[in-house]
Amino acid sequence: MPKDAIEANVTKNYGKTTILDHVNLSLKRGEIFGLLGPSGSGKTTLVKLLCGIEEASDGEVKVLDTKMPNLSMMKKVGYMAQADALYGELTAYENLKFFATLSGVHRRDQKERIIEVMQLVNLENELQKKVEDFSGGMKRRLSLAIALLHNPDILLLDEPTVGIDPSLRQKIWWTFEKLRSNGVLILVTTHVMDEAERCSRLGMIRNGQLIAVGTPDELKKQTDSVTIEEAFLSFGGGVE
Amino acid sequence: MRIFAVVIRILRQFISDKRTMALMIVAPIIILTMLSLVFNGEDLELKLGVRNTPESIVEQMEKHASVKPIASDEAIESTLKKDYDAVIDFGNGAKKLYLEGSDPSINRAVINMVQSSSMGKNQEMDLEVSYLFGSNNMSSFDHFGPVLVGFFIFFFVFLIAGVSFLRERTQGTLERVLATPIKRWELVTGYVIGFGLFTMLQSAIIALYSIYVIDLMMEGAFLFVLLITLMLALSALTLGTLLSSFAKNELQMIQFIPLVVVPQIFFSGLFNLDTISNYLSWIGPLTPLYYGADALRSVMIKGQGLTDIWIDLLVLLGFSIVFMILNIYALKKHRRI
Repeated sequence: MPKDAIEANVTKNYGKTTILDHVNLSLKRGEIFGLLGPSGSGKTTLVKLLCGIEEASDGEVKVLDTKMPNLSMMKKVGYMAQADALYGELTAYENLKFFATLSGVHRRDQKERIIEVMQLVNLENELQKKVEDFSGGMKRRLSLAIALLHNPDILLLDEPTVGIDPSLRQKIWWTFEKLRSNGVLILVTTHVMDEAERCSRLGMIRNGQLIAVGTPDELKKQTDSVTIEEAFLSFGGGVE
Repeated sequence: MRIFAVVIRILRQFISDKRTMALMIVAPIIILTMLSLVFNGEDLELKLGVRNTPESIVEQMEKHASVKPIASDEAIESTLKKDYDAVIDFGNGAKKLYLEGSDPSINRAVINMVQSSSMGKNQEMDLEVSYLFGSNNMSSFDHFGPVLVGFFIFFFVFLIAGVSFLRERTQGTLERVLATPIKRWELVTGYVIGFGLFTMLQSAIIALYSIYVIDLMMEGAFLFVLLITLMLALSALTLGTLLSSFAKNELQMIQFIPLVVVPQIFFSGLFNLDTISNYLSWIGPLTPLYYGADALRSVMIKGQGLTDIWIDLLVLLGFSIVFMILNIYALKKHRRI
């Protein structure tokens, strides 16, 4: 029987502020899990906990049955931060090359992988351009490309499609679905409701608490809503 | 592998950031050039050894300096190395003045004082002056020069290494890098090697310029100067990256300069170390520049070699290793493993 890809049961405090309050989550391979919630609800902190750069104040995160943080598990995770963490003075290619080596992509495969992921985000012609000359949307796409470089089993993407135009967003989601069918677990945080509809399951988070988990249809049924947005609001997930 | 990736990335960043590269090399050169044109000497408290010298002259000299008799069988060279500024020997009818010589302002003061103390009215004196280190055409800047070369290399490496490590944090790339399986020590080592390579180039250019263009006094081997500046730069680099963990932004990093970098000048030998208050003098041996400047003066003024500077080099290396370890530890704040 396959283990859950991610099992988390965490509480996170910064000083006296509780950011995440007993969030209990288990995610399987081959699903796209959407994390929905207003800004400041703790989405980003949860993603950081899952990829091992933050640690829980209480409880633990297990990735593929291994307690995080763990270096060999980090190899299997692709992470895309909410803020684009790129070296502006370097070209896109140099950024990719750097992160490819850090993530353990073999030297002889690097070039091929770089071109593959850049084609996925429609940036294959911008490889030699400096990142500081990129638009916001291009930086987002490059960050996504970097997260995909090492063929991770688990993708943790913090607002991956912000600032990306609709047609490219379609293409990226199509890629997500292809990856999922290959058994990759994808976790995305999002504000966009039509993206939420495309997730296999959704988690709604508010004030650090996971208030609902289920497939989009289940959540709509439970609350008698037509749209995810309505469902979200009736769970009390709206911005106060 | 991962270390190399960090090294290559840093070198690429340097190459594409021409202004920073220029700042690290050109700015110290400009300042050193200006200082070489500006500086002139000043006065100091002197310490003399005397032998075979008439009591009347000694009495005269005691008004201006601390004077101690020296046994006639003691070698003058070793006396001068024991913290004496000069030894006066009036035996056998000759009037000999042996100067320690590495500080031109002291040399001048000693010669003036000895002449005024031993001269009768309007009487010319044939003083035979010899120098253990240096010579009579050494300028004040020759004395300050080695310290300043060391200081400016330290200053710029500290600032730029610190700010660039800080920017990793503020632009989020540090977090992103730590989300990969890189180990903390690999990151720190990559930084040290990447910056170290660039620093080598920087030190070499500044040292070459100071010696061959500004024409600073240079008695020893150039290779040793390179070795010392490299070790000093390494300590600046590791200290800068370490302290950047305690700064939130570039401005706070700059605030470390008056606190951490500038005070090192006080103990570097630019000001006379003997006159520093006892409440403060213990700080000197805790600062990297203290050793770097001492070693640079040994090589450039006294022409000494590895036997006289290896302790300084070792201490500088020790500083760097300690700062690196502390930095690896400080990164725990961002990722425990």
